[in-house]
Amino acid sequence: MLTAASKGIIGCDDCGFVQRIPLNSTHLKCSRCAATMHARKTNSISRTWALVIAAYVLIIPANLMPVMATGSLFGTEKDTIFGGVVYLWTSDSEVLAIILFCASIIIPFAKLFSLSFLLISVQIRSTWKPKLRAKLYRAVEAIGRWSMIDVYVATMLTALVQFGSLMSIRAGAGAIAFATVVVLTIFAAKSFDPRLIWDAADRQKNDDHLAEELHV
Amino acid sequence: MAINELIVCEQCDLPQVETPLESGGKAFCSRCGNVLYRLQPDGLRRSLIFSLTAAALFLISNSFQIVTIDSQGLSNSTTLLEAADRLIKDGIPSIAVLVFATTFLMPALEIMALIYLLLPLHFGRLPPGLPLAFRLVHLVKPWAMIEVFMLGLLVTISKLNALATVQPDIGLFSFVLLMFVVTVASANFDARSFWKQVDEIQELQVKIC
Repeated sequence: MLTAASKGIIGCDDCGFVQRIPLNSTHLKCSRCAATMHARKTNSISRTWALVIAAYVLIIPANLMPVMATGSLFGTEKDTIFGGVVYLWTSDSEVLAIILFCASIIIPFAKLFSLSFLLISVQIRSTWKPKLRAKLYRAVEAIGRWSMIDVYVATMLTALVQFGSLMSIRAGAGAIAFATVVVLTIFAAKSFDPRLIWDAADRQKNDDHLAEELHV
Repeated sequence: MAINELIVCEQCDLPQVETPLESGGKAFCSRCGNVLYRLQPDGLRRSLIFSLTAAALFLISNSFQIVTIDSQGLSNSTTLLEAADRLIKDGIPSIAVLVFATTFLMPALEIMALIYLLLPLHFGRLPPGLPLAFRLVHLVKPWAMIEVFMLGLLVTISKLNALATVQPDIGLFSFVLLMFVVTVASANFDARSFWKQVDEIQELQVKIC
């Protein structure tokens, strides 16, 4: 199988319009919707690595620092992300606790590990199960937004629980780190180009064909 | 093979020939399994109707309080924008901006751009700046997160239940409806049928000239 790029044609990522790649063109624009087109996303691997590494660094304070501080007459109580999950579990909302645990803890880590795995597999030009890796990428892309739940919870709690010295909730530094991780991973998923997965598989196939022809 | 019969998979870059689908059907990429295109007859009209509904619900959702909490005689309520404002006053504008963008600005832009494109199209006209508005829809879509916000609200309410009585307000009901309506509007906006219709109108205009 051959990719469009190797045949000199390109499909617009925005509107899907298919056109020929003109010779000696550096900046391609879609002739229908005027979007900038790339046969492959620019510097996909290094950009994605940069965003993934930044997210790896920030995910540590995101999980260790308090996302919320509850001030009351009895002093201040600080809650991390995990603390919030435990609180839901102990207050008999097990289903929501599981959802929050998946959204705030499992998804960010799973996203980072998956993106790292995809990046390495593309860099070593792996030909291992490209369809499975393509599916993994689509899952990473679709699931990322759900990590935002905790950011909204911190926002709404801060806005509602404002009873002065009796009880008030403030979002903490952990919330900023966490929100940054979520945004960085969404950008990382966007900057990764899944077509690179197939380029390696194609190259392998072409080499095999060449080898067969030479033997004959 | 003519180039306009080809579809290039945006996930794996494999060119394929377009095949006719039955109504409501989906075409998958033969190599990576990505959805290539769908056939939704009436999809654009449905998208327009739901976008207009979404615009009305958006105004209601953001003008009314979402929830009111009562605890020992004290009560407090908030709208979405007041919540973002509260975060700025608390000295964390970064999260305020993120919340404002994902639950207010981006959904508003998506709804407005959809109406801007589809309403003139319904009457056989093309709005000025059509390519720009089309790309705006594409750009904004991944950042509009009303459905995630709704789940966040659900978690917030169940957390608050332990320390106060929580009363849902008009804003909450409106937001739940908005979530469904926006999803339908967005899912029915199919780029292929949109551009097909644009091409038809353009051809008609050329003939008239």
